[in-house]
Amino acid sequence: MSIISIRDLVVEYEGRRILDGLNLDVEQGETMVLLGGSGSGKSTLLRQVLGLERPKSGSVLVRGVDVTSCSEAGLNTLRRSIGVAFQSAALFNSLTLEENVALNLREHTALAPSIIDLMVFMKLAVVGLAEFGKFYPQELSGGMKKRAAVARALALDPEILVFDEPSAGLDPIVAAELDDLILLLKEAFQTTVIVVTHELPSAFRIADRIAMLYKGTFLQVGTKDEISKSDNPRIRQFLDRVPENIAQAAGIATYLERYLQNEGAN
Amino acid sequence: MATLLEGVGKRTLDELDYVGSLNIQLWATLRAIRTALPFTGNRYRWKAAVREMLQIGVDALPMVGLMAACSGIILAMQGAAELRRFGAMHYVIDLVAIGFTRELGPLITAIAVSGRSGSAFAAEIGTMKVTEEIDSLRVMAFEPVEFVLAPKYLAALVAVPCLSIVSGVCGILAGGLFMFFSTHLGLILYLRYVLTSIVLKDVISGLIKSVAFATIIAQVGCLEGFRVRGGPDAVGRSTTSAVVKSTFLVIVADAVFTAIFYFTGKP
Repeated sequence: MSIISIRDLVVEYEGRRILDGLNLDVEQGETMVLLGGSGSGKSTLLRQVLGLERPKSGSVLVRGVDVTSCSEAGLNTLRRSIGVAFQSAALFNSLTLEENVALNLREHTALAPSIIDLMVFMKLAVVGLAEFGKFYPQELSGGMKKRAAVARALALDPEILVFDEPSAGLDPIVAAELDDLILLLKEAFQTTVIVVTHELPSAFRIADRIAMLYKGTFLQVGTKDEISKSDNPRIRQFLDRVPENIAQAAGIATYLERYLQNEGAN
Repeated sequence: MATLLEGVGKRTLDELDYVGSLNIQLWATLRAIRTALPFTGNRYRWKAAVREMLQIGVDALPMVGLMAACSGIILAMQGAAELRRFGAMHYVIDLVAIGFTRELGPLITAIAVSGRSGSAFAAEIGTMKVTEEIDSLRVMAFEPVEFVLAPKYLAALVAVPCLSIVSGVCGILAGGLFMFFSTHLGLILYLRYVLTSIVLKDVISGLIKSVAFATIIAQVGCLEGFRVRGGPDAVGRSTTSAVVKSTFLVIVADAVFTAIFYFTGKP
């Protein structure tokens, strides 16, 4: 049975359609990568899955619960089984790394402080930050912050791990380290992983399946091989890094001509 | 003409939307505030509330005290300049004592807190919005109103009335200093006159106002933060907006409360 099931999802902002009738199933234990360019609707889709926004129509079932119509209390129960590492890490700057990771455990469990300390140490050790527990987020590098965000996402041993642009803003080596970490976590905890990215090397390294988004619709959902062999022109354009001709020469010529005519008239 | 009407209509709807959001947020905060109370609430929220109390109250003490002292001397001097002509210098004591207890103590405090803490609330929450910390709270199954707003509101409810009392005392003492130098009236005697001129209802009316001002400052500051959309420039705009709107609403609320107390004859 699918752990996440999206049906006919439509999202609009101020009359502008962002997601247009999406359908997707994510199986338990698989790594699904949502791949697409800027403005394709990846982050919007992620926000729908997390129940941060309500759609115009359609449904998003996460562990059998429809997050589009669920109460806030129901969502909060569901969210305890989902760990999210945001693009900007979104660590709380007023708390140390230990406190950031401990927050969920302290507030959502009845564990003794000594157990929580031990668990926090273990989570930070998994991401290689055990000796940085007393540091504040602003004292860390970009890559370390992202790893700390992963440690915080792991705090309650979630069934679903979500990564929003994990490699964004990182150098290739640190990005590759983060990919390794995602693979390790999946193998160690048998977690379902959803990754939103536009980084091709990262996507093809970690994905079991890839859902290719373009202007709010899925062009194709398939395995890495299926996507890399796709003959869909938009997918090929994305994979082969062919630029979109935003600035058309003819359009520029017409604009300049009109501009010069207006200047001449004045 | 149609454009003008459209503009007025849109502005009216925007303002109604703002007032509606403020009300919804206030009720949500009132429901959540029990979690920030000591003993019965969540101890981490209470700790956060105490930290906020120190920032809103203790850190603002020197500034509020100095503002109130300057205003006390100004009020006494302006009053004395006129009342001296009628040989009614002793009424300066009533003017300063009643003025600061009912009105200036809470108002000066509110303006200072609005500038210091109202803007800080908007900037802090706005930055949390921009850096996805608010979203992060929500996906970690925390209610942002409970986690962020309730401690701040509780802290303001405690700190602003306390600061208003300090402000009143500083203003009245400054008036006493003026009276000492201008009429050689001893401070002890001055304070006795002060105690005979103010009554409990003056103190209560000042405290009621300061609770209302604390509500306005905390709610407007936080709402401006929660409404931030976009990047750092939006945080800057929300900070300015928080100070402008809360100061404006404080003065409007002051006028309304003063009118109610005046016409009902209650405190």
